[in-house]
Amino acid sequence: MRLLGGSPRGAAEALTIPAGALAVSLILFGIFVALAGANPLGVYETIYSGAFGSWFSWQNTLQRATPLMLTALCTALPARLGLVVIGAEGALIIGALATVAIASVLPGASHWTVITAMMLAGMSAGGLWVGLAGGLRYYRGVNETISSLLLNYIAIALMNHLVGGPMRDPLVLHRPSSWHVGERNMIGLIPGMDVHWGLVFGVVGCIVTYVLMQHTVFGFAARIVGGNVRAARMAGVPVGRLTLVTCLIAGAAAGLAGTTEIAAVHGRASTSLVVGYGYTGILVAFLARQNPLAVIPVAILLGGIDAAGGLLQRWHDLPDATVHVMRGIIFLVILASEPVYGRLRVFQQSVVAPSNGAVPREAA
Amino acid sequence: MIPGHCGISRRAVLKMMAAAGASTATVSQWPRRASSASRLVVGAAYVGPKDDYGWNQGHAQGVTAVKKIDGVKVVEEENVPETVQVQKTMESMISLDGASLIFATSFGYWEHMLKVAAKYPKVQFLHGGPTVWKEGMPTNAGSYNGFIDEAQYIAGIVAGYTSKTGKFGFVGAKPYPASLRNINSFTLGARTVNPKAMTQVIFTGDWVLPVKEAEAVNSLADQGIDVVTCHVDSPKVVIETAEKRGIFSSGYHVNQSTLAPKGYLTGAEWNWEKVYTDYVNWLREGKSWPHMRRGGLRAGIVRNAPYGPAVSEKARKQADDAKAKFTDGSFVIYKGPMKDNTGKTVIPAGKSYDATDIWLESMDWLVDGVRGSTRS
Repeated sequence: MRLLGGSPRGAAEALTIPAGALAVSLILFGIFVALAGANPLGVYETIYSGAFGSWFSWQNTLQRATPLMLTALCTALPARLGLVVIGAEGALIIGALATVAIASVLPGASHWTVITAMMLAGMSAGGLWVGLAGGLRYYRGVNETISSLLLNYIAIALMNHLVGGPMRDPLVLHRPSSWHVGERNMIGLIPGMDVHWGLVFGVVGCIVTYVLMQHTVFGFAARIVGGNVRAARMAGVPVGRLTLVTCLIAGAAAGLAGTTEIAAVHGRASTSLVVGYGYTGILVAFLARQNPLAVIPVAILLGGIDAAGGLLQRWHDLPDATVHVMRGIIFLVILASEPVYGRLRVFQQSVVAPSNGAVPREAA
Repeated sequence: MIPGHCGISRRAVLKMMAAAGASTATVSQWPRRASSASRLVVGAAYVGPKDDYGWNQGHAQGVTAVKKIDGVKVVEEENVPETVQVQKTMESMISLDGASLIFATSFGYWEHMLKVAAKYPKVQFLHGGPTVWKEGMPTNAGSYNGFIDEAQYIAGIVAGYTSKTGKFGFVGAKPYPASLRNINSFTLGARTVNPKAMTQVIFTGDWVLPVKEAEAVNSLADQGIDVVTCHVDSPKVVIETAEKRGIFSSGYHVNQSTLAPKGYLTGAEWNWEKVYTDYVNWLREGKSWPHMRRGGLRAGIVRNAPYGPAVSEKARKQADDAKAKFTDGSFVIYKGPMKDNTGKTVIPAGKSYDATDIWLESMDWLVDGVRGSTRS
């Protein structure tokens, strides 16, 4: 129970409100598909079976959830300090480029050396990239949301330049692509599953950062900054260092997503990397209310919706945009459910309930 | 996930179903779909929307033709990214819908398709694009592609006749070999009519950039160019902007004449209807096919859109004559002597390259008469 909130009632609240919001969004979505001419019950069943109905569906879902866990952390961690960072897309790309670069300078090294180097390179590059936004915020007062968004565009442009020039593999004619990291340097699938190791990285990343944010002095200080920067400064909390380090860790998570996209899926960098994992990660982080541990189930839920999206097209003749509509409805309803926290009498104790996470709440 | 669990009353559920006008049959049907055995199930994945007036729509039209064949069921998915997701889409089509033939219609699907093909040796996989099958790759995989530059050559002839200024504009995405080949063939076609004809090229940098495409057409129109064509994924914006500016346009991928009823001259189109129907028929007859299928106007893999109202009788005749020469196989576009736009001889006199020549698939030069460079 300690995972979710301070008290059993707090935990019940933290579970019930999102679940309720989810139920409301499903009803709204049902009305939408009924208007679009499909049978809502059939659509629900398809979503369920496509996302979680079989082992195949589960693997499909987990595969899609994998990059989202790491990119969501890129938004969720700085949010604890009250920063809205949306730079996961760029950090993923920069991490991927660093991964390719480091693999090319280690031609003769052993499998494990290269893999370790690739992961470190991806994480440091992604970390520095988002660290830039954090630095601009702290030293120059530049809004981190805008700067991290713009850094995404710069990352894409940088990748296009590198894969079209200095890093281009001339043997790939029809799409500018970097050279390959080498088949023997690829990280394979988790034994017995059709999902690559990125899933393990994602889950471990979420757990580690959860412990960091919830159970260490560092995390506690970060949450104080998120609560009130001035108060934190007064208390002698090193706001600048916290901002930078948190942004570094956040970027490292997204950079690691870039490494796994290269080392487990593509092998080379190209525009195939730009598919919006970073932006879906923002949605995941907000749905998880910036709690790194909650990122895991939320990423799986969104991965499942994505996995079912294909079936909605194939079996119900619904357009591809249907899953985007569903995501949008869920996002809006969850955001709209925010004010409900602390207002439902069932969840209130006679004593003031401790707050869950960074969202300040009035005592009932 | 089932509404009953979300606290809706049974009555509300019944009402919703009635409102949807659907029976519960669809609900209980899904697990049986995979086993609807005797039918041939064909799966198709597209990288963008099926109604993009371009690349994806061309393939979707091909798949629509397949739907009309008796005993064939089609499952399609649009907007499938070129990541591990397309692998899952293909696998899902195979294991949940029972697909035994998969069309992977985007360039970036190739590597993913090969991986899935190795896993499902009984399913046939086909990739639409300039990809090369080699020994050692799964034998149930292959690719198909068309020499659409032949249709661009014809479009160039039509443009050459219709243009008053002798200046053409080409909006490209990236300077990659197939685009350069289209630009060169279009220009060579136009130059048979007007030896002074000139093609100005603008590369936008990516396959779908509607704003840049519109800017490019506007800037071309400002330069006095009066025919515009393109090689981008969705030519919609290019054609519409040209019509708005009152200049002529020549389409690409599919027929866009409804977007420009006045200025649409013709266009270079894919004929995937024929290609896809052939494959499905061959599969049902138990015939095998080559791993790589290539062809142009002669093989019927590409075609030209019907001529627009602005195309003169003379232009139609010359274009039709040229088409006939392609069809009987007596004409080759890339014949020496040929110079590139820097003055260097790229094809010496006496040398010629047939459309099937692999050398043309790595084209990295622009022919004399093209203004622009192969760097984006």
